[in-house]
Parts: sequence; C-alpha cells; structure tokens
Amino acid sequence: MKNVIEVTELRKNYNELTAVDRISFEVEEGEVFGFLGPNGAGKTTTVRMLTGIIKPTSGRISIMGFGIEQDPIKAKQLIGVVPELSNAYNELSAWNNLQFMAELYGVSRGVAEERAEKLLTKFDLYDRRDHKVKTFSKGMKQKLTIAMALMNDPAILFLDEPTSGLDVRSARLIKKMMRELNNAGTTIFLTTHYMEEANQLCSRVAIINHGRIAATDAPEKLKTRIGGLEWVEISFDTHVSVSDLPDIPQVLEVRSSGDKLQLYTDEPGSTISRLVDYARSTDRTIVTLNTLTPTLEDVFIKLTGEGRAG
Amino acid sequence: MMVHNIPDQVRRACAIAKKDIRIYYLLGPVIIFGILSPTFLFLAFMMGRDLPVDFLIAGLMGMTIFFASTSVAPVIAPIETQSRNLERIAAAPVTITTVLLGDVLASVLFGIAISFVPILLGMAFGVVVMHPLTLAAGIVLATFCFSAMGLIFSAAPTSVTSSVMMISMMVKFPLIFVSGVFIPISDLPSWGRTLAMFSPLTYITDLCRYSFQGADAGYYPVLVDLGALAVFLVIFMTAAIKLHEKSLPERL
Repeated sequence: MKNVIEVTELRKNYNELTAVDRISFEVEEGEVFGFLGPNGAGKTTTVRMLTGIIKPTSGRISIMGFGIEQDPIKAKQLIGVVPELSNAYNELSAWNNLQFMAELYGVSRGVAEERAEKLLTKFDLYDRRDHKVKTFSKGMKQKLTIAMALMNDPAILFLDEPTSGLDVRSARLIKKMMRELNNAGTTIFLTTHYMEEANQLCSRVAIINHGRIAATDAPEKLKTRIGGLEWVEISFDTHVSVSDLPDIPQVLEVRSSGDKLQLYTDEPGSTISRLVDYARSTDRTIVTLNTLTPTLEDVFIKLTGEGRAG
Repeated sequence: MMVHNIPDQVRRACAIAKKDIRIYYLLGPVIIFGILSPTFLFLAFMMGRDLPVDFLIAGLMGMTIFFASTSVAPVIAPIETQSRNLERIAAAPVTITTVLLGDVLASVLFGIAISFVPILLGMAFGVVVMHPLTLAAGIVLATFCFSAMGLIFSAAPTSVTSSVMMISMMVKFPLIFVSGVFIPISDLPSWGRTLAMFSPLTYITDLCRYSFQGADAGYYPVLVDLGALAVFLVIFMTAAIKLHEKSLPERL
C-alpha cells in the first residue's frame, strides 16, 4: 500500500504556544485513519494544516505526492473536508451549495447534477433540495456538509468530529456512509472524541496529546500495549456503592457505571472469587458478572493521562 | 490533471461571484451604503440649487458608481469569517487571488447595474450621452477600480461587518468632496485640485462630465482619466491581495 498522506516534523506555533509539536505519521491508501486526542491536544489544528486551511510553522505535508504548501491547488483538488461545524452557506439552498462546491472544484455541470441528486437522495435531503440551509436542523446541515465534501469525488476525505452532537439515526447514517466510501476505495482521515466510533471504523489510530503523538497503531494492537489488566464488571440485586466493597489487593481502581461496579485488576479470577464471597456474606445476589478487556478508551486514558468519566 | 491554470481559476472566480450575487446583493449594508447613501447625499446637495441637469447627472453618476462598487466587497469577508464559510473557501483548490477576483466580479456587476439608474434618470430629463463608448469604458474600469478598493477595506481581520463599513465610510466620504462631484475640479482651489489628483473618483466623474456635457466639460484628457483609473485598479488590487494574504490566517 502506498502512503497517500505523509506528515514530517509538522509544527504549529501560536505566539508562545506550540499547538502541534513536530509530529510525523503516514496514512496508507484505503485506510480509515483515526486521529484521537483530548480537547486542545492539537487535532483540529493538525487537520486544518493537512487540508491547507492554515499554514504550518515548519514541517512538510504531502497529499498524494503534492506538497500542501508547494502545490496547494493540486493537493486540495484531491481531498474533501468536513469540518466539525457545518460551513454550508445558510442563505443558499442545499442544491446551490452542492453546485457551488462542484464549480469550485471544476466538476462539469452534468456530472455535478447527477452527483448532487445521488448524494441528496442518499442523505435523505432530496425533498429539501430547494430549501435554504438556514431552515435545516443540525443533523441535516452536517449531512449536507458531508455531501458538499463529496462533490469532487475526493480520494481522501477528512472528517473532523463528524457525528458530534448528532442524533443516533444521523450518526449511524454517517458511519455507514464512511464504511461505504472506504469500501469503494476512499481513504478516510477521521478525528473523533468517540472511542467506540474509532474502534469500529478505524484500521489505524494515532493518539495526540499536548501537540505530540503518543502512539500510532491498529486499535487492537494498542489495546495489547496495556494488556495484563482487565475490568471486572458486576451488578447486584441491591445498590452497592464503591465504598461498600471490601478491599481487594489485586484491584487497582474501582468505579461505578450506572447500576454496575467496574474493578480494574490484573487478577480477574481471584477478584471474582472475592466478589462472590462478598455477595454471599452480605446476602446479595449477583445479577451480572462480566470481564472486560481493555478498550480503546482505556488506551486513550492511559496514554493521555485524562481522567476517566463515570 | 492541470488545475492551477488561469482559465480554470477564472471559471472558479466566476462561481464565487455567482455565489456572492445570490447571497450578498440584497443585504442591508449593501442597500444602505451602496444605494441609499449616495441617493440621499445627492438629494441633500441638489435641493434648492439651480444647476444644469447634465452637470448633476454626471456627478450623481460618478458618486453612484463609487458607492455601489465599494459596497459589496467589504461585507463579504467579515460575514464569511463569522459564518465560517471562509474556511470552506480556504480548503478549496482556489488561490486568494481567485477568491478576491470572484468578490470583485460580483461587486463590478452590482456597480454596473446600479449605474444604469442615473443614466436612465438623466435620459428621462433629456440628458444625452454624447460619448457612450467612453462612458461604458469608464464605468467598467471604475467599477473594477472601486471594487478592488472595497476589498482593501474588507482585509481588516474582523468578523464584524459594521467595523468594516465604518472604516469604508471614513475613507469614502472625504473623497466625495475633493473629487469634483459637487464642485467642478476647475473651480477647486489649487490644494483641492492637487488632492483631487489622488482620488480615483475624480477620474470617473471627469469622464462622466465629458460623456454627458461634452469635451469642454472634461478637466483631464480622456486617456488620462482612463489611464489613472487603470493605475489605481492595479494599485488597489495588488494591495488587496497582499493585505488579504496577511489577514487571512487571523480570520480562519
């Protein structure tokens, strides 16, 4: 597989602040590459540099062999960009937004009209094609923004938090679209906060923290990096708080998750025995008992040092 | 695929102009500063004065072209900065020059369209256009020149339209009084005539006087007027490109 994105020693300074600090990575053709990181880690700054919206302070970005600074027009011609917040023109109709994008990318009128019809139909927007975008809901705007990014049939699609704040149906539609595009050969560069989304969609992920890449690998390989530790998840028939549980030496961390308790341990077997003993001794019934292997979120937490919610 | 060529970029500039026309022509600031301001300013000047109609129409013509052509471009950049549409444009395969050319084209077409109002008004009052080709050339050149001037105002790194319009009006109003719109250049004191040379509005007003009132009414030769407008166009466009290149990162 050849690399379609090559990033070398990329850096971006804003006055004294280094937002992105000499990062390097490659994205292979046909990959869904996830770019993960906490807020302020440098994800959006990186995407904006990769897509030629802002200039790097130093370093090099190559898009299918074209330097984004040296050959910006050729590089941009090959990509589609979906920003976190919709930037469709509110005063134009959905149809006119799509046609404008086609004209900006030099797509012929016949192809543009055919493509616009297909995309609007696919995103359930065809009936609203002549309505101004300002009358659209957030989900509809986001779907239109993706359709706009696809009008030039890009070889690489950049999506910045594409499902953020969307309802379940719209989010699922967008994830399905990403899979279909990827199956058809489009390389996808996805930034997301949703670890499960990255886990489901990405063939490789990079985790960025404080402007530096902490790790780059396939999600499953990353999980093995923090291997040896598992979660034991248990729920009882009556409420048990974290402080009610006995001290179990092998347990490194306990947290509550809804009506369940999750225990982070390197010895799940003995931990389960202790929990069963506890249930017997307190005359409680165990409703569910599961062991969970590390998730991508665990990898993320470990590598970024972020506090875990919930 | 060779995409970075001039005809291709010009086609994309036309797409930007079409978008601008659809979105910005009927915006409040464009109507207020492009049409209403020159109309009321002119009425305020004209009321109670006994001046020849052809003199008045020539002045109105120059001022209308000036205000109309400088009213569209300044609203585009701040609005697109605020709505994040600028980010969309910045990610597209177009150069800054292409984007600015698109904005200029939209502004030029607005200026040309509005210039028909004083022409038709003059014809209704019996004014004859003696040199239509000169007038046409002057209108086209002046609308390009003033549109490029409008782009300079919009280079301010702000997303507040009123700030840009305020800067614009601070420059535009003084120019009206030193450009022979209300008082012929020949009647200005020597310092006024010197100042007038540095105003692009002087030259289109002079061309309008020549076109409506005849050869004797022109202060400068026609070629000087056209040449000066062309020089101002080059200066304004070059400055606009440089300023926008500098301010764009601050607006993204």
